[in-house]
Amino acid sequence: MLRRRIIPCLDVSGGRVVKGVEFVNLRDCGEPVDAALRYAEQGADELCWLNITAGDEAWDELLVQVADAGTRIDVPLTVGGGVSDEPHVRDLLGAGADKVSINSAALDRPLLITECAERHGSQCIVVAIDARRSGDDWEAVASGGRRTTGRDAVEWAREAVERGAGELLVTSMDSDGTQRGYALELYDRLLAAVDVPIIASGGASSPSDIADVLELGVSAALAASIFHDGIHTVEEVKQTCRERNLPMR
Amino acid sequence: MTAVTVVDYGGGNVRSLCAALERCGATVTVSAEPSVVASSNRLMLAGQGAAGAAMQALNATGLAEALLDAARRHVPLLGVCVGLQVLFDHSEEDDCAGLGLLHGSVRRIEGAERLPHLGWNDVEPLSEHPLTHDLPAITYFAHSYAVTADIPSALAVTRIDRATIASVVAHGSVAGAQFHPERSSEAGRQLLRRFLAWDGDA
Repeated sequence: MLRRRIIPCLDVSGGRVVKGVEFVNLRDCGEPVDAALRYAEQGADELCWLNITAGDEAWDELLVQVADAGTRIDVPLTVGGGVSDEPHVRDLLGAGADKVSINSAALDRPLLITECAERHGSQCIVVAIDARRSGDDWEAVASGGRRTTGRDAVEWAREAVERGAGELLVTSMDSDGTQRGYALELYDRLLAAVDVPIIASGGASSPSDIADVLELGVSAALAASIFHDGIHTVEEVKQTCRERNLPMR
Repeated sequence: MTAVTVVDYGGGNVRSLCAALERCGATVTVSAEPSVVASSNRLMLAGQGAAGAAMQALNATGLAEALLDAARRHVPLLGVCVGLQVLFDHSEEDDCAGLGLLHGSVRRIEGAERLPHLGWNDVEPLSEHPLTHDLPAITYFAHSYAVTADIPSALAVTRIDRATIASVVAHGSVAGAQFHPERSSEAGRQLLRRFLAWDGDA
């Protein structure tokens, strides 16, 4: 039986893991490769490396770090953040990423998803969607929440899948970093709208929050704060999920 | 130390596969040269992406012919993911001919609730074979196409909702794993170690 995945997320800026609340007030949380190895040892099913530094120099540095992480860890690695064209995807896969996530660039030019999926296969193209509550619905926002798009997040999810996204990584911006739990209603709608795996992100404060969203039917839960602060280990989260009869590795 | 050549046809995940093989104690050569591949005594074919692009690259570079030569010499060969899929006669993905070293067709998985099949799943052995000795195990998969479990070369199978796929295959000295041993932690290393010790017989 296919297991649900627990994915610790490393937000990496200037070569360091950082963590903020609602995408601001960043705190230093150590070396990314060390953190990746530590989480892999704790039983992480996959790791997500989110690059939050812009610029060409930072990009070259990122590739070096991803190559280092990619050869030292033995679980899958998804890398995203600042991916703006197909050569970026090729660079990251070549460096050792197993999947690449595309966010704002796909909103700006949806054809990018198709180009990347045709060239590299849907299984390694993740479309990341940042969703913010807007009335009864959610809006897809760009550039880490600094730019509105007027697009309905669920509609955008559907289009991204039609264009070749093999997986969706959906962050509830209202919950992100707040540790108030995942936006369950959003994931419920997404599960009904698309038939690719969905990774839920944003808002986990406890192992039971993660079990809640997995119980809903998402394939994976991504979390950062609760792991970085050392409040809970990956294994503790998985144990809670097992107690609730979720299939875990 | 066992020497192994990883065939580089531009298909990605070569680095992580090499690192995993080195962790298992292998001496790894990465080569895109048909002559090197044709004279190697142990080969691995990595894979990521689409079968059509992979076959096109193998044919254009002469690596396809070199792999067929190596198979005729009974050299142990292990294909991973798309590297498994191109060993077969045909793939429905891009409707392309494969190397034909194993018989059967690669098809889009039918009966799964969500595709791609992404994540960790059980690999259950069907028969005794040097490559299936450590099974059952839980390994990492990332694909939408596969060979079905009823093909003659299936050594182990994996269930995805109502679908059952072949997850380890072998015939003679030619073998494949649909999952990614290089990303499957200890379970992946177990398969790689078995492959490194394998003489190509059942």
